[in-house]
Amino acid sequence: MSDVLVVSEHRRGGLRDVSYEAITAGRELADAQGGDLHVAAISGDIDQFADDLNREGVDAVHAVSNGEEFDHNVYQSAVGALLEQTDAGTVVIPNSVNGLDYAPAVAEAHGLPLVTDAIGFAYDDGLTVTREMYGSKVETTVDVDGDRHVLTVRGGEWAPAEGVGDAPVESLEVDHPESGARVTGFEEVGGGDVDIADADVLVSVGRGIEDEENLELVEELADALGATLSASRPIVDNGWLPKNRQVGQSGKVVTPDVYIAVGISGAVQHVAGMKGSDTIVAINTDPNAPIFDIADYGIVGDLFDVVPELIDEFA
Amino acid sequence: MKVLVTVKEVAEPDDEFAIEGTDIAASDLEYDLNEWDDYAVEAAVQLAEAGIADEVVAVTIGPERAEETIRMALAKGADRAVRVWDDALEAGFADVAAKVTTFEAVVEAEEPDLVLGGVQAADTGFGATGVALAERIGFEHAAVVNDLEVDADAGVAHAHRELEGGIEELTDVDLPAVLTVQTGLNEPRYASLRGIRQAQRKEIDAKDLADLGLSAADVESALAITSMYEPESESDAEIIEGDAGESASRLAEVLREKGVGA
Repeated sequence: MSDVLVVSEHRRGGLRDVSYEAITAGRELADAQGGDLHVAAISGDIDQFADDLNREGVDAVHAVSNGEEFDHNVYQSAVGALLEQTDAGTVVIPNSVNGLDYAPAVAEAHGLPLVTDAIGFAYDDGLTVTREMYGSKVETTVDVDGDRHVLTVRGGEWAPAEGVGDAPVESLEVDHPESGARVTGFEEVGGGDVDIADADVLVSVGRGIEDEENLELVEELADALGATLSASRPIVDNGWLPKNRQVGQSGKVVTPDVYIAVGISGAVQHVAGMKGSDTIVAINTDPNAPIFDIADYGIVGDLFDVVPELIDEFA
Repeated sequence: MKVLVTVKEVAEPDDEFAIEGTDIAASDLEYDLNEWDDYAVEAAVQLAEAGIADEVVAVTIGPERAEETIRMALAKGADRAVRVWDDALEAGFADVAAKVTTFEAVVEAEEPDLVLGGVQAADTGFGATGVALAERIGFEHAAVVNDLEVDADAGVAHAHRELEGGIEELTDVDLPAVLTVQTGLNEPRYASLRGIRQAQRKEIDAKDLADLGLSAADVESALAITSMYEPESESDAEIIEGDAGESASRLAEVLREKGVGA
């Protein structure tokens, strides 16, 4: 059976947590397939990264020394080289914005089946991947042909790998085509007068508010509670609130004492930004909304009925 | 410059739904243009309005029902559409490679300079077709684009890629390219009545695999969905019962205990 290759992810000098989670997922697969676990650090401070990634359960670390920041052509070439030079046949990549910028190309280039956003694996004769569909409303099991695959794994689903490993570190440099996509810089967005990450109490509004003019209602609630107003992605996409109010994977990660989600269904990208809150309250009409899975208190009801009553309670 | 926009008709389950076999019951699904693709269509139409694109062609893989959705793209300003469907595609769960093979054949016929599509489909959520297509057809690519300026003369797209945590990567992408479009890139327009009327007269070219020089074997999927179920709720939430007044009153009590509004 084939070995497993985990590709780590870093940005601006630091490994991202999902790298260690991917190692755990990769180890699970390697055990099931009876193979070794390889971990790759590509670009940047690879000596430091190789050291950090050398955790319990890792059999080999590959340090690829091209460039500083993420470049999908370099990553694709490096993974290709490692697929040739090692016995790895299955590649595990974080299901991140950068992961999805090269994992599909790797699968395509090597003719390997691709399953993205995995949340679980089972192995019995062949690989079965658990993943969600329909915006987290259902889970599915997906059988995958063959014993070589490309898989991207969702953050927060596997525990980060721990301990100190003693895997050999091998360095390599790869040839890669001249890049037709050049990173010219980075920009931090979402600055401004308010930092929602500093708030003790957040009233957060989502798609359920329906219309921009209804925002007054949640603004009034935030005022009554002495809370700060934040929002889920669609509200910011619509331009109803500025980017610095956005909670979630692409916005801010917040950990207030109390987080009140109003008309937010709780997509995984949103939950990633607020699940660390001490107390989570959800008000939503859909009893199956995933937000209730992480809430401490829930009201299944129409926000337009509940919120005015709640404002009255604090008036 | 010619722009090809990939669009998908996605299914959204009702609040209450039943699972039949390995999918949600058809009667509990509503169909709509994929939200991410709506932004891709808008980006393409804006390029046409700016005189950068000469032609915008929408392409979809989907059954006849999907014509309603692709006509939305036409009503918003796409010039014409191609719809590919085949018994072989209906038979199973098409994997990324099967979709790429289908789109590749359309790209060969249309010869676009730029391919735009949504980051992901709301129903299956793979987020992979655009980047895999770029690899197959030898185009450059950028995934998760939330700001875009196309310089056709220089043959380059200046894109922002939306990374996690409020960071954007600024990337120059050589054309021809495939870009996957994130929500928030622009403000998708509503189709005007005039647009909807015009869309009725625009061409939707329906093709099957044979029309594209493909066979069922070319789109054989490596994936099979073997079960679908509602995840066990991990909720230990206290659900506050009662009418709006009662539940608000109880919630106020809870919030005061936590020191809110003090």
